[in-house]
Amino acid sequence: MTALGYNFGYLDENTKRMIRRAILKAVAIPGHQVPFGAREMPLPYGWGTGGIAVTASIIGTADTLKVIDQGADDTTNAVSIRRFFAKVTGVATTERTGEASIIQTRHRIPETPLRQGQILVYQVPMPEPLFRLEPRLAETRRMHALADYGLMHVKLYEDIARHGHVAISYGYPVLVGGRYLMSPSPIPAFDNPKMDRMPALQLFGAGREKRIYAVPPYTSVRSLDFEDHPFVPVRADAACALCQSRESYLDEVVVDDQGGRMFVCSDTDYCGTRQSHREAAE
Amino acid sequence: MSAPLLQASGLSLRFGAIAALDDVALEIHPGEVVAIVGESGSGKTTLLRVLSGLMRPEAGTVRYRDPAGAVHSVHDMGEAAMRRLHRSDWGFVHQNPRDGLRMRVSAGGNIGERLMAVGARHYGGIRAEATAWLQRVEIDPERIDGMPDKFSGGMQQRLQIARTLVTHPRLVFMDEPTGGLDVSVQAKLLDMIRGLVADLGLAVLIVTHDIAAARLLAHRLLVMRHGRVVEQGLTDRVLDDPQHEYTQLLVASVLAA
Ligand SMILES: Nc1ncnc2c1ncn2[C@@H]1O[C@H](COP(=O)(O)OP(=O)(O)OP(=O)(O)O)[C@@H](O)[C@H]1O
Ligand SMILES: [Mg+2]
Ligand SMILES: [Zn+2]
Repeated sequence: MTALGYNFGYLDENTKRMIRRAILKAVAIPGHQVPFGAREMPLPYGWGTGGIAVTASIIGTADTLKVIDQGADDTTNAVSIRRFFAKVTGVATTERTGEASIIQTRHRIPETPLRQGQILVYQVPMPEPLFRLEPRLAETRRMHALADYGLMHVKLYEDIARHGHVAISYGYPVLVGGRYLMSPSPIPAFDNPKMDRMPALQLFGAGREKRIYAVPPYTSVRSLDFEDHPFVPVRADAACALCQSRESYLDEVVVDDQGGRMFVCSDTDYCGTRQSHREAAE
Repeated sequence: MSAPLLQASGLSLRFGAIAALDDVALEIHPGEVVAIVGESGSGKTTLLRVLSGLMRPEAGTVRYRDPAGAVHSVHDMGEAAMRRLHRSDWGFVHQNPRDGLRMRVSAGGNIGERLMAVGARHYGGIRAEATAWLQRVEIDPERIDGMPDKFSGGMQQRLQIARTLVTHPRLVFMDEPTGGLDVSVQAKLLDMIRGLVADLGLAVLIVTHDIAAARLLAHRLLVMRHGRVVEQGLTDRVLDDPQHEYTQLLVASVLAA
């Protein structure tokens, strides 16, 4: 019991066990969506209950937690979730990617490569990669069961015919372990290559749809494409205005009310670390 | 004669009191066109659906011979194998093109879908194939990125045929493919189907109300009534010298009209 009288990790032990069972199954079948039956969690909307349920079920006293939202540690949501877990578990928290054992994320993968032993927990708003193409859930389940993914390629074909390229910037569909079509949650397509053979375990929690899926360490994750239109991870063609990085994913931010704009890293830890290294070198 | 592509025997299926199929047997050989004629409600669509594995009979079997020569029981092959079959070695052309097309996908995407479903991953190649098929079914290749709902009924039906034939199936099921079309459009479409069948050496099982269409296309004719095949044989023989009184009536009514 923590000081507040909550069970460790907020969820009761039965719920955590149920979610852990779903996680184990998800790890055993990479990319396959596993339903879980957890009761409704009394949490504010927009917190990412799926991600929180996963984190709450895997976190232990020895863990160090990092929480990011759109790459940043300091947004309202990231701060709230980090404080929440600090309260209900008492574990250490950090903003440093390298120091965290669990990273809960919404919409980004950190720039600093993850290593074996770390776990990346994604908050997923919509787990079904086919939902825009096939609204019938029973049919999408059948398509997954039969690995019948021609329809997703039709969508890519249509994009190229219409726009000259695949017009998916976020949540670009991937094939996991050569078998299951998976939505990587709305991370930028730029982040997709980081998922491929990542040494860290990747867990995905969708609260509303009550689905968990996983990519075990060192699993192949391939972005769908055509031989003559290969997948290209795109980023703005600029350097970060703060750390000058030309490798990181950039956000365009408005800097004044004259319409001035600049590009900065979306990963605040990566950017801050680079800035302090530069200062130290000067 | 070569071994049959499809062989059915003892097919029966009831809907309540109605015997939609009553002990039906049938064979179709590679390159053969077989027409199924009969009045409305005689069980033609039901037969096509049962033969193609879309519907399960209460009794009887349907055997399919794959390109390697192995014979499979259609209703025991499992869903994955069935789907694979339906987008490679078989095709199904629906009466209403809306049932066979994706209306919110371009003409090129509609033709490309079956190619992609069987593993094609070269955009340029898929596009070239779609262009060639549009030409083949006499649709202006300029319309490759056009949406089917902007096409006329005849064009939609030709697009459905192109989409079905692009993977070179050996056996195609057609349920009144000229059904909803104007008479002049029907004639043109029938001509096109006849040309494709001859060029590609397709086996076709075609349901039609139209005796003239059957005479034009089919090597053999099956006449159905109340779920039974009352007569079958070479098309000219059945139409010129009908044995069963129902067939005599059917032929006479066409001649009178
Ligand atoms: N799903 C169903 N449920 C109940 N009855 C059905 C069903 N499908 C077909 N039937 C009945 O079975 C009989 C055969 O129908 P079927 O559609 O095969 O006839 P058809 O020869 O194709 O007719 P048409 O020329 O009008 O298309 C009809 O009496 C029909 O009403
Ligand atoms: Mg019918
Ligand atoms: Zn930066």
